[in-house]
Amino acid sequence: MSGHSTYVPKTAIGKWFEARLPVVRLLHDTAVSYPTPRNLNALWTFGGILAMMLVVQIVTGIVLAMHYAAESTIAFRSVESIMRDVNWGWLIRYLHANGASMFFIAVYIHIFRGLYYGSYKAPREILWILGVIIYLLMMAAAFMGYVLPWGQMSFWGATVITNFFTALPIVGQPIQTLLIGGFSVDNATLNRFFSLHYLLPFLIAGVVVLHVWALHVVGQNNPLGIDVKSEKDTVPFTPYATSKDVLWIVLFMIFYGWFVFYQPNFLGHPDNYIEANPLSTPAHIVPEWYFLPFYAILRAIDFNIGPIDSKLGGVLAMFGAIAVLAFLPWLDTSKVRSGRFRPIFKVAFWVFGVNALFLGYLGSQATDAIIAGLQAVSWAKLSTFYYFAYFLVILPVLGYIEKPKPLPVSINDAILAKSVPGSAH
Amino acid sequence: MTAKMIRWAAAALAAGIALTATIASAEETVEYPLIKPTRQEWSFAGIFGRYDQAQLQRGYQVYKDVCSSCHAMSYVKFRNLADEGGPGFTEDAVKVLAATYAIEAGPNDAGEMFERPRLPSDPFPSPFPNDNAARAANGGALPPDLSLIAKARAVHRGFPWFVFDMFWPYQEQGPDYIASLLTGYQDPPEGVEVPEGTYYNPHFINGVSLRMPPPLDDDLVEYSDGTPQTKEQYATDVSAFLMWAAEPHLDARKELGLKVMLYLIIFAGILYFVKRQVWRGTPH
Ligand code: HEC
Ligand code: HEM
Repeated sequence: MSGHSTYVPKTAIGKWFEARLPVVRLLHDTAVSYPTPRNLNALWTFGGILAMMLVVQIVTGIVLAMHYAAESTIAFRSVESIMRDVNWGWLIRYLHANGASMFFIAVYIHIFRGLYYGSYKAPREILWILGVIIYLLMMAAAFMGYVLPWGQMSFWGATVITNFFTALPIVGQPIQTLLIGGFSVDNATLNRFFSLHYLLPFLIAGVVVLHVWALHVVGQNNPLGIDVKSEKDTVPFTPYATSKDVLWIVLFMIFYGWFVFYQPNFLGHPDNYIEANPLSTPAHIVPEWYFLPFYAILRAIDFNIGPIDSKLGGVLAMFGAIAVLAFLPWLDTSKVRSGRFRPIFKVAFWVFGVNALFLGYLGSQATDAIIAGLQAVSWAKLSTFYYFAYFLVILPVLGYIEKPKPLPVSINDAILAKSVPGSAH
Repeated sequence: MTAKMIRWAAAALAAGIALTATIASAEETVEYPLIKPTRQEWSFAGIFGRYDQAQLQRGYQVYKDVCSSCHAMSYVKFRNLADEGGPGFTEDAVKVLAATYAIEAGPNDAGEMFERPRLPSDPFPSPFPNDNAARAANGGALPPDLSLIAKARAVHRGFPWFVFDMFWPYQEQGPDYIASLLTGYQDPPEGVEVPEGTYYNPHFINGVSLRMPPPLDDDLVEYSDGTPQTKEQYATDVSAFLMWAAEPHLDARKELGLKVMLYLIIFAGILYFVKRQVWRGTPH
């Protein structure tokens, strides 16, 4: 957006428009001439995949909203009538319900890409923080969406999660009352959640615009993590990046379609096919899979720390686990971005990844379940410890003690070194 | 140097954890069901799976003759019996069948409620006027509405099985569970006391016994197509029927899925070559 505009209107109408609102220039600069590093790998296609998923969620969501009734005595039935009686209703609903999961799979890959290649480091701090905000809004949107079908997990998930707020001193109780519109989850909760669930995706779209804007100011990072030095390091977005993005979007759609058509309920909880019943608590209340690591962190804190009781401690740890991401640009003290050149970081990073998956698994287990001889909650403590240690100890310290491998001079140099120029790859 | 130190520290930590893990005594928490459901071959399993029309018809018969005296199925309407991908009743048969049940309607012009025969657009009748009546008649336990039961019960297979189930698609946990439950009643083992009025069943998801008396027995329902009239066969047929009731568009879903997936795979192939062509001559 800044400086590199190469757009030249050719037609008369194009010139007329250009003089009044240069929106075509904006689109051209953003999606056609925008220079992208030529060494990007497939992990860089997930931004485009996320954009597609946001559109899918909004479109399917609007259609669902035409048939859905946000009233606690008929909400469950209205979703069932979408599934049974509305033409293609089952498809729209399965696209939306599984779409939320796909959205999170894509965002997790996108985030881990950033963690590995150091995409959060200067000058991309704002870009990264905007991403963390999008992620938070996504969690809020998905949480409220999951309440709408008004099944057992909808109801009890909402009860458990809104109850977290009461852990905060003084303001906690009023916040919870305001959020659920009373003293327990009921029709008022459902109504406001529907309203907010409709709103949040559009807020996300707004933040996405800022995110892309920030991206186009600072430019994309790349697998080598070194700055773009000259034009030789880049290719124009179209056709190079577009051809790759479209390919990977379609590959992702195959993955998405697999769930929609062959495993549509695999990622959901069976109890959500039982209508909400405030008088009957399910044996295990578990959130959607994408919240499980945080749920494990929440439950890991089952001890008091001075004046902080275990409940508040758990809530602080859970929110802290997300908040810490926003400070990452300053916690990682290494000047080298890409994990490729950081031998110790690499190990710590992969352990972090496995640890995050393990936390997710722990979140799905009862706290007193025995895993390899140890209670799940004890494993959760170890895992939570590593989660925070990665951000608060390992990354700050590594910058000082780790000796990075030598960096290539430029992207172009690195590419020429590994391939004969001109040959197809 | 530092790398080495960190590796040693990591190794020490791992060894420590492993040691604690083996020393800690593994006290078992009881998990229900005591016996995991038996996996069956279902015609509707897998990518090419479709409902077996004759089986759905038999299953409906079992539901109607046996289960419907206690269980409602209020999301299913008579007309659904004639829907594509269902039991395949004719429209006329549905009309006749529906009319054998009455429903309260009204008020009429005089302001009075009256009874009329059900229409194909009416739901299956419920055996009890309300939940409390259902509980009162069943020793305090509510026989659940069976419309969605096949999707509302899925016994966890746990790690690592669920990973395989994702890609070697296994979505039939519900019917497997129901069939196992219906045939799983037995005498309680020595030393196990079950509460008064409940029946021991190690396949039950929520304890050792439940308040549903064993509903099936050999030769209970008369099949007209020569299918063996065994308890097991009834259980399988009614489970398939309940899966259809919970997921009436399964056939349409898998059929459309095949087309969409084929289309996407071919499209992806073309895009792959487009991408290669675009990047030809541009080392990256
Ligand atoms: C005599 C009444 C009666 C009949 C007949 C009956 N059930 Fe039940 N059923 C019950 C009751 C009561 C429960 C609740 C049991 C409990 O929760 O303890 C129940 C529970 C169930 C459940 C849920 C078990 C669970 O996992 O919670 C299923 C599935 C079920 N019945 C299927 C059937 C099928 C299929 C038939 C017909 C073959 C049938 N029932 C016939 C009374 C009946
Ligand atoms: C950020 C994008 C979105 C996410 C992550 C999201 C997520 C979800 C989730 C997880 C559910 C529960 C699905 C289920 O189990 O049934 C849901 C339901 C629903 N959503 Fe969304 N959603 C998004 C956007 C929208 C939009 C823009 C609308 C438009 C109004 C919408 C309307 C609905 C409706 C009506 C339901 C209830 C029907 C149902 O449960 O299937 N959603 N959403």
